[in-house]
Amino acid sequence: MSRDIVLRTEKLTREVSSPEGPLTIVRDVNLEVESRASVAIVGPSGAGKSTLLALLAGLDLPTSGKVWLAGSDLTLLDEDGRARLRAERVGFVFQSFQLIQSLTAIENVMLPLELAGRKDATERSQSMLERVGLGSRVGHYPRQLSGGEQQRVAMARALVAEPAVLFADEPTGNLDSITGGRIVDLLFELNTHSATTLVLVTHDTALASRCERVLRMSNGTLLDGGG
Amino acid sequence: MRALDMAWRLLRREWRHGELLVLLLSLSVAIASQSGVGFLVDRVSRAIDLQASEVLAADMRIESAGALSAESEFEAQRLGLRTAHLTTLLSAVFRNDANQLANIRAVSDGYPLRGTLTVSTTPFTPGSKSVGIPAPGEAWADSRLAAALGASVGDTLMIGARDLRLTQILISRPDQGSGFVDFAATVLINEADLASTQLVQPTSRLTRALLLSGERAQLQAFRSWHASQPPNRERVRDVSDDSPQIGSAARRAGRFLAIAGLVAVLLCAVAVAMSARTYVQRHLDTVALMKTLGATRALLATISVIQLLALALLATLLGCTAGWLTQEWLVHVLQNVLQTNLPPPGFGTLFASVAVAVTMLMGFALPSLLQLMRTPALRVLRRDVQPPPIGLLLAALPAVLALGLVVITTLDDWQLSQWFFLSLCGALLALAVVGTGLVRMASLLRKGGARQWRYGIASLARRRMESVAQIVAFGLAFMLLLVLASLRRDLVEDWRRLLPSDPPNYFFVNIPTSDKDEFYDRLVALGARVERMLPMVRGRLVRINDEAVDAVRSADVGVREGREAAPAATGMRATGWGRGGSGRGLAEREQNLTWSFELGDDNRIVEGRWWTAADAGKPLVSLATEFQQRLGLKLGDRLTFAVGGETVVATVASFREVKWDSFRPNFFIVFPPGLLDGAAGTYMTSAAFTPRTGSDLAQLVQRFPSISVFNVGDLLAQVRAILDKAVSAVQSVFLFTLLAGVTVLLAAVQSSRDERRHETAVMRVLGAARRTMVQNVLVEFGALGLLAGVLSASGAAFSSYYLARILDVQYRFNMVAWVGGVMLSTVVVALAGWLAMRTVLDQPPRTALG
Repeated sequence: MSRDIVLRTEKLTREVSSPEGPLTIVRDVNLEVESRASVAIVGPSGAGKSTLLALLAGLDLPTSGKVWLAGSDLTLLDEDGRARLRAERVGFVFQSFQLIQSLTAIENVMLPLELAGRKDATERSQSMLERVGLGSRVGHYPRQLSGGEQQRVAMARALVAEPAVLFADEPTGNLDSITGGRIVDLLFELNTHSATTLVLVTHDTALASRCERVLRMSNGTLLDGGG
Repeated sequence: MRALDMAWRLLRREWRHGELLVLLLSLSVAIASQSGVGFLVDRVSRAIDLQASEVLAADMRIESAGALSAESEFEAQRLGLRTAHLTTLLSAVFRNDANQLANIRAVSDGYPLRGTLTVSTTPFTPGSKSVGIPAPGEAWADSRLAAALGASVGDTLMIGARDLRLTQILISRPDQGSGFVDFAATVLINEADLASTQLVQPTSRLTRALLLSGERAQLQAFRSWHASQPPNRERVRDVSDDSPQIGSAARRAGRFLAIAGLVAVLLCAVAVAMSARTYVQRHLDTVALMKTLGATRALLATISVIQLLALALLATLLGCTAGWLTQEWLVHVLQNVLQTNLPPPGFGTLFASVAVAVTMLMGFALPSLLQLMRTPALRVLRRDVQPPPIGLLLAALPAVLALGLVVITTLDDWQLSQWFFLSLCGALLALAVVGTGLVRMASLLRKGGARQWRYGIASLARRRMESVAQIVAFGLAFMLLLVLASLRRDLVEDWRRLLPSDPPNYFFVNIPTSDKDEFYDRLVALGARVERMLPMVRGRLVRINDEAVDAVRSADVGVREGREAAPAATGMRATGWGRGGSGRGLAEREQNLTWSFELGDDNRIVEGRWWTAADAGKPLVSLATEFQQRLGLKLGDRLTFAVGGETVVATVASFREVKWDSFRPNFFIVFPPGLLDGAAGTYMTSAAFTPRTGSDLAQLVQRFPSISVFNVGDLLAQVRAILDKAVSAVQSVFLFTLLAGVTVLLAAVQSSRDERRHETAVMRVLGAARRTMVQNVLVEFGALGLLAGVLSASGAAFSSYYLARILDVQYRFNMVAWVGGVMLSTVVVALAGWLAMRTVLDQPPRTALG
């Protein structure tokens, strides 16, 4: 594997069982993503984008094929091994924000640092929240924040541990176009600043067009190759 | 350390957010009811024990026909037990020329350790409580001895070689009612005077007893120590050995209270299980997210267990405090009913409550937690992803272990524990299986009917697993409560039936055949209600089948040799009845035998058959189960008795369970009429009788000098006091279990609250009126309550039948109670559902959908 490749798959396939028999959601995906690149995976609903994202991040395991993330073969790691790898190298931004409702904004951001046992969790989180423009709202609970603010907290949480790869699943899917636009600006700004590889799934062509590479997906297959 | 740190921080954050308040509250209420029952049961049962102990004048007695070992006394003192001595022997007591065979009881300071002596200056008068014992040089003769000797206070009595001054008439002593073995009159003297009577000779037949009293744990420690000693002539006796009437009443009360306490614990367990489910449902997303952010399963499991333990401890603290305060309040309210100061609650109960709470939490919350740990990280992307179900073994094992542990330690009775445990597992399984079937059937009904009905039933059918879980929870809670209610009713009715308002309070024995009818008439003329009059002859069991009883005896090491020189048995019981091989004692000495065609309603044939008129004169015998058990007899065994120089061989035809607490004449050994009629015997009876003055009895004794009179009024009062306490305790403990039941209900309803929030909001957005939503909820929960009610009422009827047998209570199926139970379940669950859902229904749709 090349030194610049942070994410690679080989004949990645995911099947699930359905009443009609086995259903292939992701089929023979071969993909290479260079470090610090930004890649958008686009396609219609049901194309298998989110499943591919889950496989790339080690949230799910392939039926066959291989995934290497930051040099580690995810298919050889157990659940805890994959979790540890995520703690060290991966950040996430979700469509539904996925903030813990019982924690304040800063506590949500601190979570990955605390899981990694970092002593400077509070200071770093405070500084990160200031970077996303929420320095004055650190003590607010998610329900006290607007959708855009919640997504900014989620981005702060995703990037606070300086991950090698940031996965984003429809990051603007739950936001209006103006707020979505601001979030996208912020996302790319942070990505550039922290030199992180960005892999995002979206059906928003405007968002996709801001990425260096756009991969189209249909019926579980990458149409224009991933190499 | 990191896990502890994170667990603490997360716990603090969740607490601040109010997330844990519901779980903590339901746990605390559950533990409050459990500990409240525990405290109350502990206090009441200790009060009952104390009361019961009075018949022994101690909590425990160590008896020996010879000298008592110094080690026993040393050990008792080492354990901090209070001690006193009692030496009993038979001898003649003289006053001038008159003499009477009497039971000489030499006692030391401190006697009686339990109960009080009543004394007077005139025989057969009520008397007053006495403090202390006769001083050296004094004697306290009982009414009968004083009357027989014509002695008055101030006279001199000669006992052996010693003259003692009669300073009090002994009206009653706490241990007089125990065995009715003391046919002879009694005189109480100071232990210091015993040697000077010169009655204690190497050949004297006397019994020495070391009386002990103290805390249960100390007594238990002493019993264990004593059991570990090499076999000797000493025997340990406690109240269950000594007084079958009180023993059986106290035992049944104790068992009921233990069961009631256990029911509260089980209800608490159901509440915990339901609360844990809610906790898990609410934490699925968090766990998935934490896994996504890099938390390992071990870290998550540690965090959850620490959080749960912290929660358990806090809930236990709050619950126990609330439980303690509630029982204090209850005791205060019941003070008049209980008519006594209950001993303070022991710390043991507190520890037991903590242990039970933690065990229950671990047993019933752990499976849910294990499942929570298995939540796939993928759930962050796909909310429909659920944790894979854990294996049945993993799901059930902690619960089964916790249940077993709690059942065995709470009931402290292996047979009852086994029964309870198996029935519980059976009930759970039956509820789950039948519940699933009923929910499926209900889903067929959703097609027709009114709109509210369709939506309600549809909701029930859609949440199939949830509905079944709720039916099991509601069903189990109702079943336990119904069993307890039915048992309580049967127990209380049984006791009230046993002890009518006017039970026999006097026993008359040694009634000559020639005086029988006249004596009966005289009693009736005095206004007495006379019970059955039964013949009585003395006989000794000499052979069991082909084996001589002596051979049986010699195989039994450590048998107490002759307890008291008094005759062996009375109509109520025989001597030597007790634990640990003392059944041989039954065979050692003469027994009282009777014959009758009538089987009293206080006797129940448990094996074999009672005789008919055609069996007259046949060589058959019916035995009380105590006799059977102690000697290991079976139907068809041939018993040979020596009766007045004759030998009677009879085949065991039946075994009887005798309710000794009926206070009517009863015998261990009964023959059919016609077999022993030739033997010269006497009669005995009991009567409910209120002598106008002591002279009524004195006249009766003078007219029939050979007849012995025993006043069992004091014993009766003791039994009545115990039963009254037990009844009040049973009633109040039941209140607590009801409270625990309400907790279960709330926890169960709470578990589905979150799921319904969203659904309700959607319905409201689509235009459903609040009224419609309320009707839907009422239909759904009403149907749940109905299904749970049918199952629990049927299960309760079934369980009560068997439990009543174990508790020796007469079971009566009550159709009204069955229908009432079903209706109550329907209404209560529907109301609880409505109450819990009220806030959900009132919530603006925007909040839930936002």
